[in-house]
Amino acid sequence: MGDLIFRGVARTAGFTVGFVLFLIGLFLLIRAIPALQSEGFSFLTTFEWTSETFGIGAILYWTVVIALVALVVAVPMAIAVALFIVEYAPPRLRKLFTSLIDLLAAVPSLIFGIWGFYYLQPKIIPLSRWLSERFSFIPIFASERGLFSSSAFIAGVVVSLMVLPITTAVIREVFSRVPPGEKEAALALGATRWGMIRTVVLPFGRGGIIGGAMLGLGRALGETIAVYIIISPIFTISPRILDLGANSIAAHIALRFGEAAADPQQLSGLMAAGLVLFLVTLGVNAVASVVVGRSRSAKGVEL
Amino acid sequence: MSVSIKPAPTHSSASGGGSADLGREPNKVKPRSFRASDASALFGSMLAAAALVWLLFGVLLPVDNTAMASLAWMATFLLTYRFALKHTEGVLVARDRVMAVVVGALAAIVLAALTSIVIFVTVRGIKYLSTTFFTQTMEFTGPVDPSTEGGIAHALVGTLQQILLATLISVPLGVLTAVYLNEVGGRFSRSVRMFVNAMSGVPSIVAGLFIFATMNVGLGWSFSGFQAALALSILMLPTVTRTSEEILRLVPGGLREASLALGSTEWRSTWQVVLPTAKTGIVTAVILGVARVIGETAPLFMTAGGSPVMNANPFEGAQESLPLYIFRQVKQFSNEQTIPRGFAAALVLLVLVLVLFVTARAIARPKVERTGRKWRRRPRRSRTRGHRAGTSLASGTARGRRGAHRKPRLRRPSQRGAQRSTANPTSTEEEAL
Repeated sequence: MGDLIFRGVARTAGFTVGFVLFLIGLFLLIRAIPALQSEGFSFLTTFEWTSETFGIGAILYWTVVIALVALVVAVPMAIAVALFIVEYAPPRLRKLFTSLIDLLAAVPSLIFGIWGFYYLQPKIIPLSRWLSERFSFIPIFASERGLFSSSAFIAGVVVSLMVLPITTAVIREVFSRVPPGEKEAALALGATRWGMIRTVVLPFGRGGIIGGAMLGLGRALGETIAVYIIISPIFTISPRILDLGANSIAAHIALRFGEAAADPQQLSGLMAAGLVLFLVTLGVNAVASVVVGRSRSAKGVEL
Repeated sequence: MSVSIKPAPTHSSASGGGSADLGREPNKVKPRSFRASDASALFGSMLAAAALVWLLFGVLLPVDNTAMASLAWMATFLLTYRFALKHTEGVLVARDRVMAVVVGALAAIVLAALTSIVIFVTVRGIKYLSTTFFTQTMEFTGPVDPSTEGGIAHALVGTLQQILLATLISVPLGVLTAVYLNEVGGRFSRSVRMFVNAMSGVPSIVAGLFIFATMNVGLGWSFSGFQAALALSILMLPTVTRTSEEILRLVPGGLREASLALGSTEWRSTWQVVLPTAKTGIVTAVILGVARVIGETAPLFMTAGGSPVMNANPFEGAQESLPLYIFRQVKQFSNEQTIPRGFAAALVLLVLVLVLFVTARAIARPKVERTGRKWRRRPRRSRTRGHRAGTSLASGTARGRRGAHRKPRLRRPSQRGAQRSTANPTSTEEEAL
């Protein structure tokens, strides 16, 4: 009898998690309906946001751009850090380094934001300028006005540091599971350490790398306050990531929330934007777990 | 392949050429050997690159930018290093060494970023820390008043209450969920685990928006600390659940078996044996959960609201919190008077997070030591969480078979022990976090 109650209570707790998740989707949907009704499909394609017409076309575009920049920076770094921890570092340093990466995950995003804005931005701007001067023939490096602050690039770099810990954790987990026999075989055949990594560790860990990157993508898409602090919002799209101005769904919600609280229609629009963000992150995370679940190496690694 | 693998202790004479690479076992068999010639190649290349960069950036076309210069130095160094090694050691060794440097440098960059965050916030924040900063509120301090006035008392009170409430909500729920996943199990444990993972990916702003949609729009409440706590508990729950689940997995199956064999019910053995054994671990889970949400800003906009005056009642009226305070001072007002205050508060927040983090580690650590040898020999499940499923590599349906009535698990340390012993003997230790 006692056991029945115990199991019932524990099971209820477990289901509550799913129920809350369901409620989040449901309530956002209910609140989003007015906006979705008035805007229709153009909610996804409209490039402006006023209290009359609004849509998340441009915002969604910049959200993805920032997340992609973050991934392009974070994934090679995460692979390197994971390799360093698993293959290169002496055992003592290994533990310390793992802790430090975890600590990086514990730093609040607000602090990343102010650090990125006040410390990193002045350091990155010359790099942006140099890139745009030398490589302006590549569309993403071109610059229109020669202003490089508050750009998608800077936001992406800061977000990359924030997604690095989780990506590293997955990749490290996978790398540490490479069958020692295969590694030793490579070494015995005369491979250098890098040769062993290239032919054994990296191929084995591919599933984990992709899964970790996807998981990082999910985090990067939902990043709010750091992006908010760094970018200056724009509602046009362009490939120029170094130029001033970017946007993101999460930052947009935070930015417009104050004025929208008194304007039901706009609030509904923000709810719809939140719903899109929620669904996109859920989708990305789901794909990540499928990718990881299917690969040989990462089977069983929990995301 | 006709290469005989014998560890010839000669240093590889520069017989050069790509084909001679296979004859260079010493480096390959003992990857960690480091000879004088290696050191000279490494430091020589560093020096050469530094000289070149200095010539370029310092003399020929002066650019006053350390970041760019160090990037250029890194690139030049790698090229020089590769060139030097290629001629003395062959292309394979050169590639190996260069990649070692690249990996180490990227890891160092990450470390440097972390260090610079801590240092930057400390340097900018420490000047305006004073006792009045902790005792005053912003009630009588406007955006243009000098930085030395005003304080964070109201924000600290708000944060404390919100975090406490969030802990009260999410910890029982999270630990029970972990118990369900690890002790009870059943058909749905898979989907519950999926839900927990999905929840950990919910963007924080969506959690805030959800609470706003239900409480403010739906029930007509106005801002309060309690709503902030609700939003934070959504974000805290997955962390608590996953960490405590990992900890519960560390509880030896023998304890459960013993308890059940003595005739106790499942409920009693969980309550009186499993949970007490995992006590410190659960405390760690709580601390990590708190550390996860203490810096959350976005959901607080739409739940706590923020206010410049002290409000010690979390159930009524808008409440300030530390992250909101920082945000307001640094970003919203953003003038010379408010920004230093914001940084001082950011330093307080960062210190809080660091203290929580270190405490969590310190609590988790004795566990490993105390349980000592006996546990150490057990398959460590903490880091290798997947191993439960991971063993399913070996025994196909291990996960699926974890039916409603859960048998105390019997593990085969041999498998896992063998796997670990050669790969990385120490990395998996004491990482219960």
